[in-house]
This record gives sequence, C-alpha cells and structure tokens, in this order.
Amino acid sequence: MIFAIEVAIGGLLVGVMYSLVALGFVLIYKSSGVFNFAQGDMTLLAALALVGFLTIFPLWLAILAVLVLMIALAIGIEAIVLRPLVARPPLALFMATIGLGFLLQGIGQGIWGTDPKGLNIGISDMPFEVKGLMVSQFDLVGAALSGALVFGLVWFFQKSKTGRALRAVSDDHEAALSVGIPLNKAWAITWAISGVVALVAGIMWGSRLGVQFSLSLIALKALPVLILGGIDSIPGAIIAGLVVGASENLAEVFLGPYVGGGIQTFFPYLLALLVLWFKPYGMFGREIIERV
Amino acid sequence: MNKKNGNPMLQVEDIHISFGVLKALNGVSLEIHKGEILAIIGPNGAGKTSLVNVINGVYHPSRGHIFFEDKDLTTLSHHHIASLGIARTFQNVALFKGMTVLDNIMVGRNLKMGSNFFAQGIYWGFAQREEIRHRQVVEKVIDWLEIEHIRKTPAGMLPYGLQKRVELGRALAAEPKLLLLDEPMAGMNLEEKEDIARFILDANEELETTIALIEHDMGVVMDISDQVVVLDYGDKIAEGPPEKIRNNEKVIKAYLGTSAKK
Repeated sequence: MIFAIEVAIGGLLVGVMYSLVALGFVLIYKSSGVFNFAQGDMTLLAALALVGFLTIFPLWLAILAVLVLMIALAIGIEAIVLRPLVARPPLALFMATIGLGFLLQGIGQGIWGTDPKGLNIGISDMPFEVKGLMVSQFDLVGAALSGALVFGLVWFFQKSKTGRALRAVSDDHEAALSVGIPLNKAWAITWAISGVVALVAGIMWGSRLGVQFSLSLIALKALPVLILGGIDSIPGAIIAGLVVGASENLAEVFLGPYVGGGIQTFFPYLLALLVLWFKPYGMFGREIIERV
Repeated sequence: MNKKNGNPMLQVEDIHISFGVLKALNGVSLEIHKGEILAIIGPNGAGKTSLVNVINGVYHPSRGHIFFEDKDLTTLSHHHIASLGIARTFQNVALFKGMTVLDNIMVGRNLKMGSNFFAQGIYWGFAQREEIRHRQVVEKVIDWLEIEHIRKTPAGMLPYGLQKRVELGRALAAEPKLLLLDEPMAGMNLEEKEDIARFILDANEELETTIALIEHDMGVVMDISDQVVVLDYGDKIAEGPPEKIRNNEKVIKAYLGTSAKK
C-alpha cells in the first residue's frame, strides 16, 4: 500500500509538470484559436539556450537572458508569422506553427548543437522520506515551481485586466477590437507567456531528461492531457495533467508487468480515447452548441 | 429643441467603398452633432452596416474622409478608434460568449483602466483599487440595464434579447462619446423593443451620449431620433428630421417600390 501511494505521489508530481506543458497549448489556443504545434520546439529552444547561456553566465542571469529571448521571440512571431495571417482560417495558422516549430528547432540546434547535454540547476535528485514515504526531491521542486506558475497564470487570466482582455480576444476578435483591445499586443503577450511556460518546462524537463531533440517531443505528452482536460480549459489542463501523471505511473507499476511493461507511453492515450467517447470536448472543455 | 450648435461631432465626407464590383457606399456624407440621436435607415443592402463599419474602422474607405471631433479617423485602426470614444454594438450580437455578463461589461471598461500589465504585477495595491473603482461604474451600468440577476451567467447562455442588452451595456461601460448601434432591436418583441428604446433615450439624455443607430422598425425610428439619414444602394437619398422623412417621395419609393406611387 505504501508503495502504491509512493507511486501515485511520484506520478502526481510529474503530472504537475505535464499540466505546465499542456498549459502552454491552452493559453495560445484560448487567445487565438490556434493549436500551437511549435510549443514543444519552444521548450527545446528555451532549454538549449539556457544550456548555452550557462556556459557564460551564472544561473540567474542565464535564466533572465532566456526570458528576454523568449519574449523577443514572441514579439517576432506576432509580427512575422501571425500578423500576415490575420483573419485567415485557423488551419493556415496551425500550418504556420508547424513551420515555425521546424524553424525554431533548426535554429536552436544550429546554434547550440545536436548532441545531448546535461542541465544542472542545482536541485539534488536524492529522494527523501516523509512519514515513511519516499519522495523525489527533484519532482517536488519541479511540481512546486510548475504549480506556482500554473496558479499565477490562472489568477492572471481570471482576475487581471490584461487577462480579461486576452480572454475577450480569444472569444471574439471583432468584438475585442471594437472595445479597443489591440489584437497584435494581445497576441504578443500571449506568446510571451507561453514562451515563459516553455522556459520553465524546458528547465524542469531538460534537467530531468537532458537537453536534446527528444525534449521537443514532450509536447506529445501534453496531447492526452489536452484531450482529457479540454483544449480551452485552464483548470482542465491542471487536473488532467495530474490524472495522466498518476494513472500512467500506477498503470506502469501495477499493470505493466502483465503486458511486458512500457505501458507508460501509451496509457495516457488510452485514457484520452476513453474520455473522448463520453465527453467529446474533454472533461472541462467548452461544449460548442451551434444552430444548424 | 435645436441640438445643432457648433461643429459637428462626426463628419463623414464623401465615403466610397466597394467589395469587388459591388459598390457598398457611393459617396455618402453625413454629420452627427453632439447630443443627437441619428437614425440610419434604408432597405436591406443599402450600405447601413458598411457605413457603421467605416466609421469605427473595420473597413477603410477607398475615397473620402471621416472626422471625429476634428480628428481624421480615415486611416486609423479599429481599436484606436475605440480608444477615442466611439463604441458600437453589432447586428449579430458579438459578445464574449464564454465570459460572464459581468466580465463582458468589465472588458468594455478596459479602455478606461489605466494600470497596465506591469503595474498589475509590481504595484498590486494600486491596480486593486482601480479595479474596484471601475467595478462600481460597471455595477451602475448593470443596475441601470436591469440585468443584476444574470451578472454571473455566461453571456452565451442568455436569450437573444438579453444578449443584445448586455452588448449595449458593454458599449456603455466605456462611457463613449459616440455610440453606434447596429440594429439594437432586431428580432425583439414589442416589450423588449420598448425597454431598449428607453435605455437608448436614457443614455442620450442622462449620460449625454451621442448616438447613431441603424434600425428597421420605423415606429421606433420616428419616435426616438432627432435626425434620419436614408440610404439606398449605397447612396444617401434623404436626410432630415423624422417628420420630413416620413413624407419624402424618394424614401417611400425606395421602401415600397414604384408601384406605391399611386
């Protein structure tokens, strides 16, 4: 029993970091109706840049430098990629983000190389004991940091003036313009925020898995989370991240041995499929009811 | 009651706009004076909505100019024009459907809120105080439009008539100098129409909002407007006070066709 709880806790802590990656998608989707295919590559780019900057700067300065880079990138993306595609079908924007993804990946690897790199931000990976339960210190820090960011973002989107404006933009472009919200600025802010999310995800996942191409595939982990939670729901991303994290860990440990292991990689998709069956918009997604 | 004093608040000069071969507006000019309620009428496809869209910057005219308080709006962007004090509602309600009524109207207030993204992060107390101050204005609008009972309801779940009312509230929350209403009463029953007409008159008299509205219901138009402009196929065919428009030959012809002449 203790072991099962440990496994579940480990899963939940990883799940918070899934939520974080998924949140990057949700934010962009909510504000521009675009599924941002480049989110994984933004994570990779942030991690690569951080490793690169760490060779010349101390940690805090390196993080600051990447932060500036991600914000500059967001402004650039808005001006070069999004602005010319205003009022085009969402599919055009989606395709643009695929191209953007390849571009970012190429630029990142072109500058900082393709070989796997370690990222050490000074958090020990030794597990420690709480009331007889072994908990990974690294996962705990990762979860705390991700959790703080997630709740900060939720507060920002629900309560602040700018957050309200961004939600308005996501709901109706025309109406948002008519109340004086500049779309360009709103998009730049959203992409900057999702750049920051990519940075934190890049730090946490990069120091966990190493910084290399496969880091961009972290986006694939976010897919079942998005399907489960609903692609336009922030609380959905949080809860679904936890569900996916805990259930895949439990499934791996307790069901894995019967089917020869490796269940972790596909179990979340199985779960997502099941949810789609009953809730096509995810657990918390907004159901679109249209008159026909 | 003569409201025509001084320069006009809005001057539309010789506006041309076309979509492909279709000429939506063909050299339309008009003036709106401060404190006025101006109605824009005309048969379907006359260019009424295009005119409103040109005024608030959704479209830019291919020829002609628009001046608002002596400032040239012609090439300004949509959101910039909103920030000068021109608010509008849409023919097909354009609310933020996933947001509550309260949030919708708060967004309308956005322009009046000074503190920006960074101020909110750094100087939280100030942002908080400001939020409360603006919330009071918004609550007043809600109170005034008699929609207290639905303030926490997502706008998309409301019946059509109430959505129109919320949209009016969102526009009024910005305390606009000029309010453009695109068919504020379309699809409403008599009682709802009377409510909206009352709100429009109140906004005009109490809040001193200048209003331009597109409306099909002639009864309402004749009752509430000070001036009427009639469009037909992109041309202005008549303008003047309601009593004059009512008996205008050209207007009757445009609405009823030639056979109505006899």
